[in-house]
Amino acid sequence: MKSKTIKVDYLARVEGEGALYVKINGDRVTDVKLKIFEPPRFFEALLRGRMYSEAPDITARICGICPVAYQMSAVHAMEQALSVVVDGQLRQLRRLLYCGEWIESHTLHIYMLHAPDFLGYPDAMHMAQDYPDIVKRGLHMKKAGNAIVAFLGGREIHPINVCVGGFYKVPSKQEFGQLAEQLKWGRDAALETVRWTAQLPFPGFEQNYEFVALRHPAEYPLNEGRLVSNRGLDIAVQAYDTHFVEEHVPYSNALHSVLKERGAYFVGPLARYNLNFDQLSPLAQEAARAAGLGERCRNPFQSILVRSVEVLYAFDEALRIIEGYERPDKPAVELHPRASVGYAITEAPRGILYHRYRLNDEGLILDAKIVPPTSQNQKTIENDLWQYVAQAIDLPVEQLTWQCEQAIRNYDPCISCATHFLKLHIERS
Amino acid sequence: MIRTQKPKLAVWKFSSCDGCQLSLLDCEDELLAVAGEIEIANFPEASRAVVKGPYDLSLVEGSITTPHDEERIHKVRRVSKYLVTIGACATAGGIQALRNFKDVKQFISIVYATPKYIETLNKSTPITDHVFVDFELRGCPINKHQLVEVISAFLHGRKPNTPAHSVCVECKQRGTVCVMVARGIPCLGPVTHAGCGAICPAYARGCYGCYGPKETPNTVSLSARWSQLGASEQDLVRKFRGFNAYAEAFRKESELHEK
Repeated sequence: MKSKTIKVDYLARVEGEGALYVKINGDRVTDVKLKIFEPPRFFEALLRGRMYSEAPDITARICGICPVAYQMSAVHAMEQALSVVVDGQLRQLRRLLYCGEWIESHTLHIYMLHAPDFLGYPDAMHMAQDYPDIVKRGLHMKKAGNAIVAFLGGREIHPINVCVGGFYKVPSKQEFGQLAEQLKWGRDAALETVRWTAQLPFPGFEQNYEFVALRHPAEYPLNEGRLVSNRGLDIAVQAYDTHFVEEHVPYSNALHSVLKERGAYFVGPLARYNLNFDQLSPLAQEAARAAGLGERCRNPFQSILVRSVEVLYAFDEALRIIEGYERPDKPAVELHPRASVGYAITEAPRGILYHRYRLNDEGLILDAKIVPPTSQNQKTIENDLWQYVAQAIDLPVEQLTWQCEQAIRNYDPCISCATHFLKLHIERS
Repeated sequence: MIRTQKPKLAVWKFSSCDGCQLSLLDCEDELLAVAGEIEIANFPEASRAVVKGPYDLSLVEGSITTPHDEERIHKVRRVSKYLVTIGACATAGGIQALRNFKDVKQFISIVYATPKYIETLNKSTPITDHVFVDFELRGCPINKHQLVEVISAFLHGRKPNTPAHSVCVECKQRGTVCVMVARGIPCLGPVTHAGCGAICPAYARGCYGCYGPKETPNTVSLSARWSQLGASEQDLVRKFRGFNAYAEAFRKESELHEK
């Protein structure tokens, strides 16, 4: 029996440091390991003893690609702990900020990290030599997403304007200036992007996943909702810990998260889309249909197309929010620290991001738990590789290696995020 | 392989959030122009193509936190003509340097159920503690315009223009009324290195020091002012122990207020 090994020592075009090992014996896959060797940074430990108000800025530093997601999960968890509801225009502004991050993060992935795989380029810079207009369009769309985050948040990476209770400062309607014009251009470009990604060559690879995402009665989920799945899960976010558990594997610096009853599950754009198609704006629904996408999609390689639909939705939603905006009287609601526990899940670009904090009566954090999307997808990524390699086993190693990388990039894994949570549990003394 | 005369750029990651190297991809208007002038020879976050070293300019993100990285940084230095560190992790150890103030062995054994799976050093340290660094670009995250300036300066053999004065100067340049004087909001601006463009005060909040200490900061005087504004000793410890906690001036000041 001939055996071969697929080895990628340093995965490229993902955020953070990871490696892939696949072993093949004859015509059988015998081992798959997605290794994460990103050094641990111990955030949950660092947070202990910090003020509740510091959590948004500190946890933002877990990930430079999706800092808004960390800020949003942190503020919602803290507000739940302090029994405060942030509503009205402040809630809308948060939604707008999150749209900016979705656009920026998704567009980065679509154009710079994932599309080169489909078209056979090592990166977007090389792709730009043959497709200059397409890459430029992607960069301009990314810039439009960043413009939202920079306008509302002060800067694109690790924005400074988010606080527990709302914002430090809220803009007047006039201050939005030309932003809406830029976003209108972006919405058109996003429509083009959906058409463009629909043309990409997708390997046939449909799987039966358990999709897990937030679901909100009135909107496509960003900051709030119940946690649901296509196999009957329907829980409040506070119940997360009773349904999900993290397993430690020796070869990875990140935990694998599984559903206690059923094992691996899938979070992110594909999960949101499958569980919330009806909540997309009419424009996004129509574009998805025109691109040949049904209300359900089970091919992870098509995540690039689904991501494009979500970008279109985010532009559409951002414009809707700006149109209806009126400056709130106060930038933030008042807060009073008390001993309590708070939970939140929000939809980061890559999927659900869980935060839980326990506070003392001064508002100091006693302990924290954070579960990022990538550690939840890890097991599913490995499962995909088992299946995918088996189906493409006759390809030359070099080609198969690249396709395995592509299969991993379907999930837009953020290894920097996933790694900071290798801790199994905090022992309370 | 095609030979090119363009200078070669490499980007290296150590313990970090990836945000500073993302700043390069956030240069939406400049990226293709930059890629036209230089060869992006090693930038795993953006490309699976790797061109062999040596490299004319290496940008290093992240701090040293593992035995493996402690060795790897020497290899990076050896293949780099110029080595520039980008961001608070690389220049000061980052937020993960908060571990440096704890008894780490005990800390890990309390927190981690299976510490043997984890290889980590007791301290998170800046790159300059390990190898010679040609230039440090501050910030958590760095300012992308400053990044373009630094790349351009090194490729043209000149000194980067990144002032080391305080955030206060940037507030004046921006026309922001002082939040501490006018509204009594505690602000780290007077002791913090410029570069961000004084964003926080423009958004009605005090600076939280993410660019680290400026040249010759008077932290003692600032702490006294903060105390008058109602900050407790513990508040001061926390404020100086942020994203640049292990930068000398901030570290020493935080230790002064620790009981």
